[in-house]
Amino acid sequence: MAENKIALEGISKRFGAMQVLDGVNLAIEPGESLAVIGQSGSGKSVTLKCILGLIRPDAGSIRVDGEEIVGLRGRALDRVRAKFGMLFQGSALFDSLPVWRNVTFALTHGQQSDAKEMRRIAEENLERVGLDARILNLRPSELSGGMQKRVALARAIAPRPEIIFFDEPTTGLDPIRADVINDLIVSLVDDLGVTALTITHDMASARKIAHRVAMLYRGRIVWSGPRDRLYDSGNPYVDQFVQGRAEGPIQ
Amino acid sequence: MPSSEPVPLIIAPFVAIGRAVVHLLAVVGRVAMFTFRTVRSALTPPYYPGRFFEQMMHIGWFSLPVVGLTAVFTGAALAQQIFTAGSRFSATSTVPAVVVIGMVRELGPVLVGLMVAGRVSSAMAAEIGTMRVTEQLDALTTLRTDSYRYLIAPRLFAAVMALPLMVLVANAIGIFGGWLLAVEKLRFNSASYLAVTRRFVSVDDFKMALVKAGVFGFFIALMGCYHGFNAGGGAAGVGNATRNAVVSAFILILASNFLITAMVFG
Repeated sequence: MAENKIALEGISKRFGAMQVLDGVNLAIEPGESLAVIGQSGSGKSVTLKCILGLIRPDAGSIRVDGEEIVGLRGRALDRVRAKFGMLFQGSALFDSLPVWRNVTFALTHGQQSDAKEMRRIAEENLERVGLDARILNLRPSELSGGMQKRVALARAIAPRPEIIFFDEPTTGLDPIRADVINDLIVSLVDDLGVTALTITHDMASARKIAHRVAMLYRGRIVWSGPRDRLYDSGNPYVDQFVQGRAEGPIQ
Repeated sequence: MPSSEPVPLIIAPFVAIGRAVVHLLAVVGRVAMFTFRTVRSALTPPYYPGRFFEQMMHIGWFSLPVVGLTAVFTGAALAQQIFTAGSRFSATSTVPAVVVIGMVRELGPVLVGLMVAGRVSSAMAAEIGTMRVTEQLDALTTLRTDSYRYLIAPRLFAAVMALPLMVLVANAIGIFGGWLLAVEKLRFNSASYLAVTRRFVSVDDFKMALVKAGVFGFFIALMGCYHGFNAGGGAAGVGNATRNAVVSAFILILASNFLITAMVFG
């Protein structure tokens, strides 16, 4: 069996009296696209932030390419982060910088650098997400929500990460724009050969972009299986969630 | 978790005071950690000279009109008050001396500090607070850029550098304001007014003004950045951060001004 790209074991996190994660076990193989579904507040974002090292779990182990990353700091953590790209839910573009400096931020870290070369790299990455060079000098606030999302995607892929995280990639977009983003994610995962972890509560999106789906409920993974089984999982939690019923084991 | 046993009425005030002290110490500790991280991050590359100069412009250059207007009106009002009060003891000749000492030692630094705090602490808290709630700070981290190094350090150092320069300008304009009123309205002789001004102000006064300005600059940026960095969720969180930044910067400026004055003259 191939070694897992990312492996979470027993990840727990408590905020005050709230046990947000309660022993999450999750493994992602190289080149696999996994979607984690679950309600708002089920701990999806916290899981992602634990892997990115933005939040330190109270207990458990996170391995990336076999290397334990819980407890890493400073340079060691930065070296692992170099493998990650992240698409934030609200895009999180830097609104004080023009588009081209946003897209190349992972390469420049905000420092002055060869502007001509950076603009070329920005253009190339924008092209990958279906945007053209006309927006290079615009500020993020001058773009529509869908375009911001695509610029954020270009920023995430610019350093050619091995792993990309997508936090609710289709939230806040109309169904057509959402599908454009889904198609982009699928083609990026295929073309660039990256490992992808998406958290979403958009079933159409999960079915389209993921090879495998896992469901998070009350801080635990309650089901995991191939995307084709999503609608006949036999799991009451998954059934209630994918059919969007108010009645069921999830209250 | 705190026990829910009822506190006997007689010790309730002590419990409240104790809680407040513990809370205050915790805040002081967090601010000290924040400062330590910022300074440590600034000691090693990469450096951001571009960001530093950008902040010098924001904090210093663009605040000059506000600071200049504040200084000229204050200097003139001060001259008028000293003249009116002094005329009762036929002591109107003290006008230039009191204006220059009052401006340089106290009003120049404090008024510049307060004006810039109102302008800059609030803007920093709002900008960094918005970056916090829109996940831009998390994005910086995932793009392997230290936000202390990239955002906080340039603001802190720029403010510490900019404030002394602005206080020098404010002092000059304030003295000019007093002179203008004295000569134009109170019929002072220009040359003797300036001679008295020169005799009563010393290099040490200016040194103290510059030290005060540097300290105020530090608090202005520190409070703006700290509150923005720790902003809670949503628009309300950013609003709270902005208000807390300005209020705490004001209090720290006035308290540290008193302490420095008391140390030098006490």
